[in-house]
Amino acid sequence: MSAAVLVERNLMIYKHTWYVLLAEIFEPILYLLSIGVGIGVLVGTVTDVPGGEPVRYAAFVAPALLATAAMNGAMNETTFLMYGKLKTDRTYESMLATPLTERDVALGEIGWAVLRGTVVSLAFLAVITALGLVRSPWALLVVPGAALIAFAFATAGVVVVTYLRDWQDMQYIQLVMLPMFLFATTFYPLSVYPRPVQVAVQWLPLYQAIELLRNPALGILTPKILVAVLYLTAMGALCLVIAVRRLGRTLAG
Amino acid sequence: MSAGRMSVLAVHEFGYWWHRYRRTWRGTVVISIANPLLFVTALGFGLGQLVDAGNSAYLHGGSYLDFVGPGLLAASAMQMGFVHGAGPVFQSARPGGNYRAAVTTPMEPSDIFAGHLLFTAFRATLDSAAILLVLIIFGAASPAALVGAVLTALAFAAPISAYAVSTDRPAKLTAVFRFVIMPLYMFSGTFFPASQLPGPLRELVWLSPLWHGTELCRGSSYYAVHLAVLIALILGGFLAGRRAYTRRLTA
Repeated sequence: MSAAVLVERNLMIYKHTWYVLLAEIFEPILYLLSIGVGIGVLVGTVTDVPGGEPVRYAAFVAPALLATAAMNGAMNETTFLMYGKLKTDRTYESMLATPLTERDVALGEIGWAVLRGTVVSLAFLAVITALGLVRSPWALLVVPGAALIAFAFATAGVVVVTYLRDWQDMQYIQLVMLPMFLFATTFYPLSVYPRPVQVAVQWLPLYQAIELLRNPALGILTPKILVAVLYLTAMGALCLVIAVRRLGRTLAG
Repeated sequence: MSAGRMSVLAVHEFGYWWHRYRRTWRGTVVISIANPLLFVTALGFGLGQLVDAGNSAYLHGGSYLDFVGPGLLAASAMQMGFVHGAGPVFQSARPGGNYRAAVTTPMEPSDIFAGHLLFTAFRATLDSAAILLVLIIFGAASPAALVGAVLTALAFAAPISAYAVSTDRPAKLTAVFRFVIMPLYMFSGTFFPASQLPGPLRELVWLSPLWHGTELCRGSSYYAVHLAVLIALILGGFLAGRRAYTRRLTA
């Protein structure tokens, strides 16, 4: 598949800037340490969790931070970096002069985002295991889970990038991503909110992403995971179709 | 060319940034004001419910919102200081940047630096005041915290400008953000009291400028010490920056 060539290109580029990926793991770990030694002491245990057994605050937050890292990594790749290649460097235009098609470009970038989401999640899993925050082998499910999250957000990112008019528009992405990070039960359970807000939060893709990782990370398998898998698969598939079409039009136009 | 002198010409550099700001301020509201307010809401009210239920002795009976509010004010001032001192300074010093144009006028490099820093102080005052206003409405801070916030912003902006004007790679500034600013943000008593840090780290927090800023914003009784640290950083950064600007812009 020729899309693999694009993945290879990204790999070659990251050989020089691998520390960017390192920072992506470093940041959630910092959050985790700060939360573990700091906020965790203030909070104690979280009682309102799937399974009902109280957990350490750090164990509650860790999977949510991984979901956020997978989301941010994927979105960063297909919005910020892709916009540069699309509009500033015009990298894709030179690629299209080769046998590569617009479809290959979209699939290649998405494939790369999934790959990097998987690598980051493996490293993160190793760290939380070392910190003693993992209590069941089900936690291994966070790796395919993070890959699915990366897929859903990478495709969404490609759709978004075709609508951007200039660099300033990036702040609208921030305007959506930051509140989502803060309010999608990353730092506290859903029960903190009044009922109508709970329903609204449950529709957020990051909420589903966090459910997808938090349940297995705490050693629990519930139908909620299935809902999250369906939600993110549907979101990714839908965005993929739109992304390929829109990118084709953007690159042709 | 004596760079030691500073003149009223700094006003012109201020005017340049003011002119730009007048056209683009709408876009900056999101980053500099909405951002910290979202944090205050999510952490102060959301996480606050968990913390207050835990009734931690570390907070001495106060609510988590009262604790985290001034912390987030200082932390956003630090980020403001970094954001204004890193990117724009780096860009302005490059070919095509406004410093290159300004230095061909009667303005000296030290005027350019002073004018830019003055604008950062202006922005920090404006943005911090907006955040503080919301905190005051919730009873989570006192108006005096504005001084702490503005000094914190400058204590970061001045030294980082000195670095940004002389560096050639923007990736280095990103590295400073991720490996210096972020760790400071996490461990300077913004989200939890520094007294909770394990042994040696508890002493190390004295080295964090953000911690001094946070303590000032919380109305610490050691305010004279914290003031002195921040002012020393601003002065040191200013002297270093003046030299770096002269070296870079007259070469």
